[in-house]
Amino acid sequence: MELPKGRARRGSRSLPYVLLSPGMLWLVIFFLVPMATLAALSLQTGDYEQGFTLTWNWHIYSEMWTRYGHHFIRSFSYAFVATVAALVIAYPLAYAIAFKAGRWKNLLLVLVIAPFFTSFLVRTLAWQAILADNGWVTSTLRSLHFPMQDGRLLNTSFAVICGLTYNFLPFMVLPLYASLERIDPRVVEAASDLYARPITAFRRVTFPLSLPGVVAGTLLTFIPAAGDYVNATFLGSPQDQMVGNVVDKQFLVSNDYPIASALSMTMLVAILILVSLYIRRAGTEEIV
Amino acid sequence: MTPTAGAPAGDLRLVELTKDFGSAVAVDCLSLTIPAGSFFALLGPSGCGKTTTLRMVAGLEEPTSGRIYLGDDDVTDRKAYKRPVNTVFQNYALFPHLNVFDNIAFGLRRRGVKDVKAQVDRMLDVVELQGFGVRRPSQLSGGQQQRIALARALINTPQVLLLDEPLGALDLKLRRQMQLELKRIQTDVGLTFVHVTHDQEEAMTMADTIAVMNNGKIEQLGSPVDLYENPSTVFVANFLGQSNLVAAQIVGTQGADLLLDVQGRKLTMPAARNCATGDSVYVGVRPEKVRLVPAGASVDLPGHNVLDGVVIDASYTGVTTQYVVRMAWGQDLMVIAANVGNEVRLTAGANAHLVWDASDTFGLEATGDIAEGIETIDEAGS
Amino acid sequence: MATTLSRPAARAASAAPARRPRRQSWLRRHVVQIFAAVALLYMFLPVAYVIAFSFNNPSDRYNSTWNSFTFSNWTDVCGPAGVCDSLKLSLEIGALATLGATVLGTLIAFALARRRFGGRATTNLLIFLPMATPEVVMGSSLLTLFVNLQVPLGFWTIVIAHITFDISFVVVTVKARLQGLDSRLEQAAMDLYANEWQTFRRITFPLVFPGILGAALLAFSLSFDDFIITNFNSGQTVTFPMFVWGASLRSIPPQVNVVGSIMFVASLGLALVGQVFYRRRRA
Repeated sequence: MELPKGRARRGSRSLPYVLLSPGMLWLVIFFLVPMATLAALSLQTGDYEQGFTLTWNWHIYSEMWTRYGHHFIRSFSYAFVATVAALVIAYPLAYAIAFKAGRWKNLLLVLVIAPFFTSFLVRTLAWQAILADNGWVTSTLRSLHFPMQDGRLLNTSFAVICGLTYNFLPFMVLPLYASLERIDPRVVEAASDLYARPITAFRRVTFPLSLPGVVAGTLLTFIPAAGDYVNATFLGSPQDQMVGNVVDKQFLVSNDYPIASALSMTMLVAILILVSLYIRRAGTEEIV
Repeated sequence: MTPTAGAPAGDLRLVELTKDFGSAVAVDCLSLTIPAGSFFALLGPSGCGKTTTLRMVAGLEEPTSGRIYLGDDDVTDRKAYKRPVNTVFQNYALFPHLNVFDNIAFGLRRRGVKDVKAQVDRMLDVVELQGFGVRRPSQLSGGQQQRIALARALINTPQVLLLDEPLGALDLKLRRQMQLELKRIQTDVGLTFVHVTHDQEEAMTMADTIAVMNNGKIEQLGSPVDLYENPSTVFVANFLGQSNLVAAQIVGTQGADLLLDVQGRKLTMPAARNCATGDSVYVGVRPEKVRLVPAGASVDLPGHNVLDGVVIDASYTGVTTQYVVRMAWGQDLMVIAANVGNEVRLTAGANAHLVWDASDTFGLEATGDIAEGIETIDEAGS
Repeated sequence: MATTLSRPAARAASAAPARRPRRQSWLRRHVVQIFAAVALLYMFLPVAYVIAFSFNNPSDRYNSTWNSFTFSNWTDVCGPAGVCDSLKLSLEIGALATLGATVLGTLIAFALARRRFGGRATTNLLIFLPMATPEVVMGSSLLTLFVNLQVPLGFWTIVIAHITFDISFVVVTVKARLQGLDSRLEQAAMDLYANEWQTFRRITFPLVFPGILGAALLAFSLSFDDFIITNFNSGQTVTFPMFVWGASLRSIPPQVNVVGSIMFVASLGLALVGQVFYRRRRA
């Protein structure tokens, strides 16, 4: 039936702005302005004691890249591998909860999220202990002659990626579940009715329909993983340092604000470019 | 001003009511008076503007121009919650977080009525759902939800009760049952009911008066019998029931009858039943008024019209048999024959005469599409 | 219709075992469940470790090897200096940040979900950007702002930072709930003599409340657990994650595991209670 939408009542025209303005003002002051400050700071010279002045020192970006370019490459590769691994682990899990769990659906969902309420740092420290050289995991694998970097798990890139995958898993599972759960099982039945074997039905029907969840999940995993440095600190060796480690050190230890700001800005711009390319490629504008 | 329950009800008057959404005109300069205490139906296909009209009366939609009066009160600028008008929404819109009792009591409480229990219980009696007060809407069947929605509106004894496709979500059997029930309740409480529907049978079963709407305008207004027997436009003739319409020329008069020419055949029609102004008319007859006579039988009856054709389809539906008969000029006409037991059954391919009483013939203005108003898509589920 | 559609699938399923050895087909049919079970194990492994080692009487500084069983970590949670102080601070910051972000975010969500107005796209972008910004970037940019304005780092700078990253998550959560709300319910209320305020109070708010509550819980857990952004803006203030970070460099008291276990059990309990409550309301 006809359902004319949206009726503009007299006098309500200014209401959305009244509702928006406190929050938007907050985001402008504490999100946009700091970004501008960060950008400005990256182009300043000076030192922490004397203060910094804006000199439009663009050169800092090439200096930053020579010194820390490999950190960027490492951060993005680790985040990429962790995202793929998280997708591989989370998809069957989300699928099982959405289609196979029956009345255990909600309980399973709770079980999936619950581990992540154990503090982020505490569970990363737990991984540190689990993967330790003298731990049972390492010794078991060693006795099985499992190939490992330097015969150990802790302080390797494997451990860092393992930690990144683990820590951001719920950000992958939840959007995947949300989009899978929305699929009407009858469409999949219709596909099998139309001669699609289960694998074809999945490839042609289920997976395409779950794509919004895949896009949202991979973004929500990749972005924090690329910026993280807790996993690299606890689980990696000095050779596994990521951009976050350097930003943290330059800001909080060396107080070299311009180079730290340049690192941060580059990180932001790189992420935003990757995200917008990815969203355009995936054709899903609806992620917010 | 707060609406007072049981205030002397006045007629609901719409004066030159217009509503457009951007460039699309939903309701086009509509003027209408709905007498107090009547069961009034707004009937039309989807998109004809009937729901928009209803929502403007309820105060949920602002008219672009025109006025709405309740009795002598101009309520056009009054907000929905200040109008003595209540609505039964299409999908009931029962509040899911409130139980049945609180749903029904909602309107009374908003108007400051403190002791609502007796009234709510009486209302549950009226809709025959005693003891359902503590349930939540999600625990009720479609038919029960429908009655709660009705009770929730009726308890406020509004001057006008608006029903927006109230039975659309019910299955056929339940719908028939609820139609009779709604009619009974309306007679009991004596309120003005304005009922919006696309289901002509529903409108005809319940309403005293029907306004057939099309493209934001009222095509014709009248009692169900009047509309069916004397459609005044092609749209009404086709939308309300079925009609056989053929293009014809008026070639003369004979007493109170007009002489017509249809593709060289002569027909007659009472001049009083002609709505057309010129000599070109669409001449029509309802399919159940036509008798099908096997070719060769004598059809020379005074005061009857006869056309010849070939039966191309005969479908037996139990109560009736529906024939499609092709005329020599290619047009298909429909005949509905009651299966009373002694008739001759014709099969596809048979030559036949179509015979009907000339006084059952009506004439319509021959402008526009002769098929206007025929529903090509089944809308029952919408 | 439903039966004709489901028939072939059912037939295919019942026909399969006839052709293949039984054991293999069981594995094949449950491959998704097996994968899911392994994934669940992976997720629970560190939690099991945290809980187990909360009962350890550690022999080394990092509580990383099992020594002997004890309840003393649980009976003496506040024993080691800093555990409970930092916990209390995290709870306070979490509560304030949740309050701020929930109020601001809910208002935005109402504007975005119910109204059409100019500047919608810009607003949506400004909501999306903080979620697409890595924590290091957001944390360090806020630090530059505070340093520039010479705001002393501490409790309030942490609260501000937390509200900033929480807002977007609140908006998204509440907006989703609002979009799922049938606007006819509000129209029905208006039709039944409820004015705008009464409609909001009696209908809209109660129906959206679960979404707001969920958003607040999400905001709280994000704030309570945040390390990276806090690390940039905390100065000398030590929240619980900051305490764990510091402890990981010196010595980790087993009470840290106790707190981790309590958080796990509490959230699990809260979720289960919520489930039961939700079931009861629907039943």
